[in-house]
Formats: sequence, structure tokens, C-alpha cells
Amino acid sequence: MNKPPATLELRSAPLLHTPRTVEQIMRHVVYALLPLCAFAVYAFGLSAAALIGVVTVSCVGAEQLFNRLAGRVSTLADNSAVITGLLLALTLPPGFPLWMGAVAGFIAIGLGKAVFGGLGGNIFNPALVGRAFVQAAFPVAITTWHAPFMNGRFTHFMPTSLTTPFLVPPDAPLWYGALPVDTVSGATPLALHKFEHVATGTLDLFLGTTAGSLGETSAILILLCGAYLAARRLLNWRIPVAVLVSAFAVSAAFALADGQRYPDPWFMLGSGGLMLGAFFMATDPVGAPVTPRGAWLYGALIGAVTVVIRLFGGLPEGVMYAILLGNAATPLIEAVTQPRVYGTGRQSAPDKNPP
Amino acid sequence: MTTPLRPDQTPPLTMDTFLQGIWRENPVLVMMLGMCPTMAVTNSLRNALAMGLATLFVLVGSNALVSMLRSLVPGTVRIATYIVIIASFTTVVDYAIQAISLTLYGALGAFIQLIVVNCIILGRAEAYASRRPLLHSVINAGGVGIGFTLGLVMLGGVRELLGSGTLLGFPVFGASFQPWVIMLLPPGGFFVLGAWLLLLNWLRGRQPGAAPTPVPVHNHGR
Repeated sequence: MNKPPATLELRSAPLLHTPRTVEQIMRHVVYALLPLCAFAVYAFGLSAAALIGVVTVSCVGAEQLFNRLAGRVSTLADNSAVITGLLLALTLPPGFPLWMGAVAGFIAIGLGKAVFGGLGGNIFNPALVGRAFVQAAFPVAITTWHAPFMNGRFTHFMPTSLTTPFLVPPDAPLWYGALPVDTVSGATPLALHKFEHVATGTLDLFLGTTAGSLGETSAILILLCGAYLAARRLLNWRIPVAVLVSAFAVSAAFALADGQRYPDPWFMLGSGGLMLGAFFMATDPVGAPVTPRGAWLYGALIGAVTVVIRLFGGLPEGVMYAILLGNAATPLIEAVTQPRVYGTGRQSAPDKNPP
Repeated sequence: MTTPLRPDQTPPLTMDTFLQGIWRENPVLVMMLGMCPTMAVTNSLRNALAMGLATLFVLVGSNALVSMLRSLVPGTVRIATYIVIIASFTTVVDYAIQAISLTLYGALGAFIQLIVVNCIILGRAEAYASRRPLLHSVINAGGVGIGFTLGLVMLGGVRELLGSGTLLGFPVFGASFQPWVIMLLPPGGFFVLGAWLLLLNWLRGRQPGAAPTPVPVHNHGR
């Protein structure tokens, strides 16, 4: 009998592995994002579909290009570039010029991910890096909003969508005169509140009948999709809970202090990109703390900073900057929230005189 | 006492004395010195060019004077002396720019006066001019100054082209060009600098027989 020589396998911790792979996790996140995309197309029509497509293709193309340049194996199969593209598209306003969407996608992957060495090396959420870039580069286009559920939305592109690359988008109201539509453009609830002091009903906010970025309008749908991911344990449920609780608490404190000036906390939760950011952006496993206490702290920081920017900043929306700030603070948060190593005492000084 | 000159410290005057500051040890693109004016004033080609030329003048003038006075300046107060010399030339530039164009002066702001503390100039004075003959010092300072100007112009050109669609104030792309506002903001400066560094390091790496990209450590003193 030829028995194979006995081997002793030496391993170091961690000894327990989850059978889950990056590909599986990412695929489920894509599934969770698809209903949001579908609702965006339903609400904003052809332009939304084209924008989602262009941004996603741009992200995937950039991923392939940078892999090629760096001489790495293709990482397209893990779907992470698709997620970045979908998330980025969902944070852009409908009618955002498609060429700017392509720029945003390229920057998101190139500057947000590839320069750090690819998936897992990035310090910021790539989708938000892309959005922050176009927010600073094209401040007018990214704050041009269109009303949802326009009549001709499935047959006509929004005029700004098809802008020639590198040119200024056309003036939307001029174009709308010739189209079979009844609404011109719509300000977001946050902008309405900040600049015109018009309140939007909480029900509208949660159902998604308001103007806004592609994927941020329907709070209910985001809650459902986020709950699906949380139930499958694909996102750290502590982070969205902490973000929402913290945003609610901080805005409630302001509303109690001066109800005339500050909006009620339910408005804060339902409006803008807070829901989308809390469930899909802040929970990016690369940029968020892994320690449980760190996750609470990180979420609370994001929620509070969002409310402060919304109430006191020059911009009506602050979720993007709050999450980027949270990403930046993550190493620090992880350093101060290290869990106690099993078996070590709570007292730092070891027992000098063992019995 | 001045810094003693070791015999090996005065190499013969070669092309490298001049070219060193332009390519191999370019202050902006290789040594990453003087980042403060680099980021602050390169939002248009005009400002970048003016800032570069102002620095070039101060650099050549102060290096010449430091080199001439190198055997008279006591070692213990040499930095203070250099600063006084640099400040004198900076004052000349400051007044000259005010006289030539008040708008340019307004655009460059405090960064003209801040040439006094520009580490490129003090570094050249301390590390080079204080121990080299006059001709060496002037030629080397000219090279470094031109290299600095070149770096600023490379940044300012790209930033103005993308950020306003113009070059030296003249429209390049036509009226309906969408400006990339971020290029005029500080982040745009970092992006453009990073892109240039990427390109230049890639080119350096492709030079035949090139060693891995040299990363000279700047000599801020002894």
C-alpha cells in the first residue's frame, strides 16, 4: 500500500470562513439596486434609462481600461464596477447630460478606485468620488432638476440629456415648449424648503412622487431593498440604523428648539439622498468601519453631519459630503473602537502576583 | 565663517548645471517644492506665467548676491542674511508687478510677497549659491527658475483650458464650451498635477537604460 505521507497542516487564524464570495455579494447588491433603477425609469422615462446605461458602461469600461494599463487580470466578473455605475447613476439628476455621466463614471473608477489599487484599496466610496467631481465641475447641470412623471417621458429624451459632449446643456424651458409635456422642471423638496420655504408632504417623500435624483425619490422602495440586503446579511445593519437615528435625533433637536425655522425630522429622513446614502453608500464594506462600535459611531457621524450641512450649509443636500467625511474618518474610528481581544482582561495591567 | 568648500564641490560648468533644474530636478514636477504658490496661482496661464517669472527673477538675483557674499556672511546668521537678500528682491518684484498691472497683482494676491519664504529659493541659496562661484549660481538658478515657470505653465495651461475654455484670456473652444469649474478650484490643481506626474514618470520609466524614477531628497541644509 502506498500511503501518502502524513502531512500536518498549519494554519493561522481566521480558521472559519464564510462560503460567500465577493461575486455573490456584489450580485445580490445589483439585484437590490434593480428595483430602484426600474422605479427611476418609470418616474423619469427614457433619459433615466439612458443615463443609467451610459454611467454603468463608462464605469465598466474604465475598470477594464485601468486593469489593462496596470497589467492586472480583469476584475469585471466581480460586478463591483457595475454597482459603482448603478449607484452613481442613481445619485444623478434625471436629464443630466449623458456625456457628463460618462465623465463621472470614468472619474469614479479611475480616481476613486484604480489609483488606490482596485477593489478593497479605495478609501472613499468610488461612486461618491465620481459624483463629488461632477458636482464641483458642473455645478449648474447637477442642480437642474426635472419633474417626475412627465407626459412624454417614454417617447422623448429630456432636452439636456442629449447635450453634445463638452458643450453647455441647452436651456430646458425653451425646449419644453415644443414637447407634449405639462410640467417644466421641478425643484427638489430640500431645495424648495431651503430657498423657497415650501414644505413637501411626508407621504409624497416616502412614495417618491417628488423631484430629485434618479434613485433617491422613493424612500419606501429604498427601505425595502435595503431591508433585503440587511436580511441576507450583505450589509452591516448598524450603519443605516445609526445614520437614520442620528439624523432623526439631531433634526428633532433643532425642530424642537425652533419649529418655524427647521423642518420636522420625518422630512429630514424622507427627503434627498439620505435613505439611499444610508443603505447603499455608507455601507460600502471597503470604506466603512468593521468594528461594531465603530459602525455605530460612523453612522452617527454621517447622520449628524448630513443634518448640519442641510440646515446650515450653502447647499441644500449634504449626504454625499457627510459620507465622504465618514469614509475619511474610518481609520480613526476603527483605531479607537478595537474590540477587546478574547481572553484578555478589561484591566490593562496584568496581574503582577499570580497565586 | 562661511560654509567651507570641499574640493569636490565645485564641478566644472556643464550643461547639467543649467538643465538640472528644468528636467532632472524640476522643482514642481520632480521635487514637489513650492506647492503653495503652485496650487494657488495656476488657475490661469497668465497668473502662472507671472508667478513663474517673478520667482525666476528673485531666484537669479538672490542667488547671485548670495554667491558674491558667500565669503563675507558668518555661518551663524547665514539664513537671516539670505532671507533679507531674498526679501529685497521680492520687494522689487512686488512693486514692479503693482506698477505693471494692478489686476494681475490682485489675482496673485499675497503669493508675490510669499516668495520670500519659497523653499525653492532659500534651498538654492543655502545648498548651492552659498558654496559656488557666481557664474555657477546664476546659471543654476536660471535653470531652476525656468523649471519652476515651466511647471506652473504646464499646470496653468491645462487648468485654464479646461476650467474656462480660454488660453491667456482668449477663447479657444467657442462660446458654448462647458467649463469644468473644478479645474479652477484647488482640487483641480491637484488632479492636473497628479496627471502630469503620472505622464512624466511614465516617460522617465521608458527612457532607455533609465534607473527607477529618481527621487532626489532635497538638501535643506547640511
